[in-house]
Amino acid sequence: MSKTLPAVDVAIIGGGWTGSVIGKELAAAKQRVVVLERGEPRWPSPDFQAPTVHDELKYVRRHALHQNTATETFTFRNNPQQKALPMRRWQFAYPATHLGGAGSHWSGAYYRFDPTDFKIRSHYNNRYGAKIFDEDLTAQDWPLSYDELEPYFDRFDYLIGASGYAGNLKGQLQPGGNPFEPWRSRPYPNPPMKVPYAPALFGEAAAKLGYHPYVQPSALVTRPYINSEGLPMSACVYCGFCSNFGCEHFAKASPQVCVLPVAMKLPDFELRTGTHVLRVELTPDGKHARGVTYVDAAGEEVFQPANIVVLSAFSINNVRLLLLSKIGKPFDPATNTGVVGRNYTHQTTSGVNLFFEESFNINPFMGAGAVAVTMDDFSADNFDHGPHGFVGGGYLQIQVVSGAPISYHPTPRGTPGWGSEWKQAVRRYYNHSASITITGSAMPTRNSYLSLDPTYKDAWGQPLLRITYDLPDNDIRMSAFLTERGDQIGKAMRGVTLTEPGPRKRPFTATSYQSTHLTGGAAIGADPATSVVNRAGQCWDVPNVFVTGAALFPQNSGYNPTGTVGATAYWIAERILKDYLAAPGKLVQT
Amino acid sequence: MDAIASRLIPNDDLGPGAKEAGVTFFLDQQLAGGWGTGDHFYRQAPFEAGTPEQGYQLSFTPAQMFRLGLGKLDEASRSASKKGFAELSPADQDAMLKRMQAGELDFSPLPSAVFFQALLDGTMEGFFSDPIYGGNSGMAGWTLVGFPGAYASYANDIDRHGVAWTRPPVSIADAHAHGAAGEAHP
Repeated sequence: MSKTLPAVDVAIIGGGWTGSVIGKELAAAKQRVVVLERGEPRWPSPDFQAPTVHDELKYVRRHALHQNTATETFTFRNNPQQKALPMRRWQFAYPATHLGGAGSHWSGAYYRFDPTDFKIRSHYNNRYGAKIFDEDLTAQDWPLSYDELEPYFDRFDYLIGASGYAGNLKGQLQPGGNPFEPWRSRPYPNPPMKVPYAPALFGEAAAKLGYHPYVQPSALVTRPYINSEGLPMSACVYCGFCSNFGCEHFAKASPQVCVLPVAMKLPDFELRTGTHVLRVELTPDGKHARGVTYVDAAGEEVFQPANIVVLSAFSINNVRLLLLSKIGKPFDPATNTGVVGRNYTHQTTSGVNLFFEESFNINPFMGAGAVAVTMDDFSADNFDHGPHGFVGGGYLQIQVVSGAPISYHPTPRGTPGWGSEWKQAVRRYYNHSASITITGSAMPTRNSYLSLDPTYKDAWGQPLLRITYDLPDNDIRMSAFLTERGDQIGKAMRGVTLTEPGPRKRPFTATSYQSTHLTGGAAIGADPATSVVNRAGQCWDVPNVFVTGAALFPQNSGYNPTGTVGATAYWIAERILKDYLAAPGKLVQT
Repeated sequence: MDAIASRLIPNDDLGPGAKEAGVTFFLDQQLAGGWGTGDHFYRQAPFEAGTPEQGYQLSFTPAQMFRLGLGKLDEASRSASKKGFAELSPADQDAMLKRMQAGELDFSPLPSAVFFQALLDGTMEGFFSDPIYGGNSGMAGWTLVGFPGAYASYANDIDRHGVAWTRPPVSIADAHAHGAAGEAHP
């Protein structure tokens, strides 16, 4: 028997980027909001202060800010014929827990999706004909365009203090900027990051080959900045402890730095940590949410009634909550019916390892999560796909994220993994290596989807989320193409003596880190037969439940998700405020 | 464990090895703590072999695996040569470790290759983690590769391209908080 609390207007599940942004917007409009965060409160001061935060063992190897696999993980299989088994420890991605979520331990690579990402099916059909899509691909258009979302991208830019140099201001290309950048209404609020050695060498070689390298935009501010909420941020100091770490300097944008301090001063906003939500409770007809049931830090079940429920947990954990709450019809690949869990994808990453002459001191420890020189010549539809026969693309870059040596001590292939010969090689190459990172789009297929696992359960006795995923031929061809281009650039770089291209191969494996960009499963769309939510982020079947974050992506772009996650959060907040509260009910008629 | 550590990262003319860097002490502490007992390890049955893509599917916690595996290694050594592993010559130790790495030793029910990988991972963690955890003693691992450790800021260095970093490494225990004295360049 659970305890029932007084009702609120809005219950938000998850204290990461989308929950914090939407919570603040709604509470500022006098909605009584409670944000339910399963983790503990974590703040830049005192939790992330130096020197103790500069601890690779704790934050990278022991997963201090990652979801604890002991209590909740995913199961995985490559196809529906296999039996899924649990990921007993994290390797392939680092979903988060604790306040701020993955928005606290992220790298800060900051992009907007390309305009063609939002109309992928129709755009490629128009330019190349429908045959460009392999039959197994289920890629589909968004019900929103880039132009519609631009004002919301802009808002998020100024919330997080984005750093970069505009390549396209209101349609006017800017000299020195990324010529492939989608148009933007305002410049970045802060200038670009400094450029370390290896990215500079990459940019030099890429330019020589006729490409268009630029300094990657970043969510780490480059000078003292007061953000759009009036909150102060400080300049990044390139300490090299960024991805997987909280930022000690108020330099890396996070919900804690950029929005929560303002939200928490609002009388109608409450942050409740240590609350693990089990499910959304529906009325008996299944058409209306009554609130949410969670387990508090002491283990007691609590029912929190609410007029509106917003799912803002880590991307695909939102899909799990939908399935556990019986909201929307689960996708079934056998019959190709249902929608929840459909169009799950990851990110098709690959790389080229580079080894340099000993006179090139790379200093890999001088870096940050998002300090890079990038090129978009093979991103999105910036090149002619006709001769290559695949959909999508990716960016190539050298970024200097971390030189922390438990994880980073590269040696050329063929070097023994231990003993004196290894020792010699690791000493020779540690400061004379880099790698070209390739971040590619991921196309969905009928047999890659999310569902509840029939066998394995979490610490609260609920089924784990089951990931069924393998890379489609389309993405394998794309990865081979992009990685070959990367290898050509690597070979053209000054000082490079050896390149090791590593295109993504099948089968997809859960045993190596690829990215934490787990997307889809609650696709946003115009058709209830192929999407979970309408263009307002509202569930087709339960109109007082909204879904946010990367679970909405019908397929994954080659660009990192957080910019688009932030923009859609502002968009959905506005749809709730302006549209839903004015006339509660279905915002899109079917 | 000292004998294994000495072979995985030997003490040689490039500097101290894993044993001298305190990796055994590091592992003792790690295995006795939360990580060793599986505080981040999903342990619900059923345990099934699965495919290589599904990753580690054994029920051993790190502490259980090390206890069993170290015993099995010594047993295998004694049955082959009547000597414990630590008493073998370095060349014989290397030969045995290679067989373990290849999965050719029978440590059942523990696959010897899985245990070898755990030993190697744990040794690397002990050799390269901050000295506050008892390994990387004297910052031997960081000195070998030239990692500066828990250094606070490279804001003034990151775009001085190709300049070798010559300052000694700094551990969490002796680093200054950011902005405190001692951060200025020499």
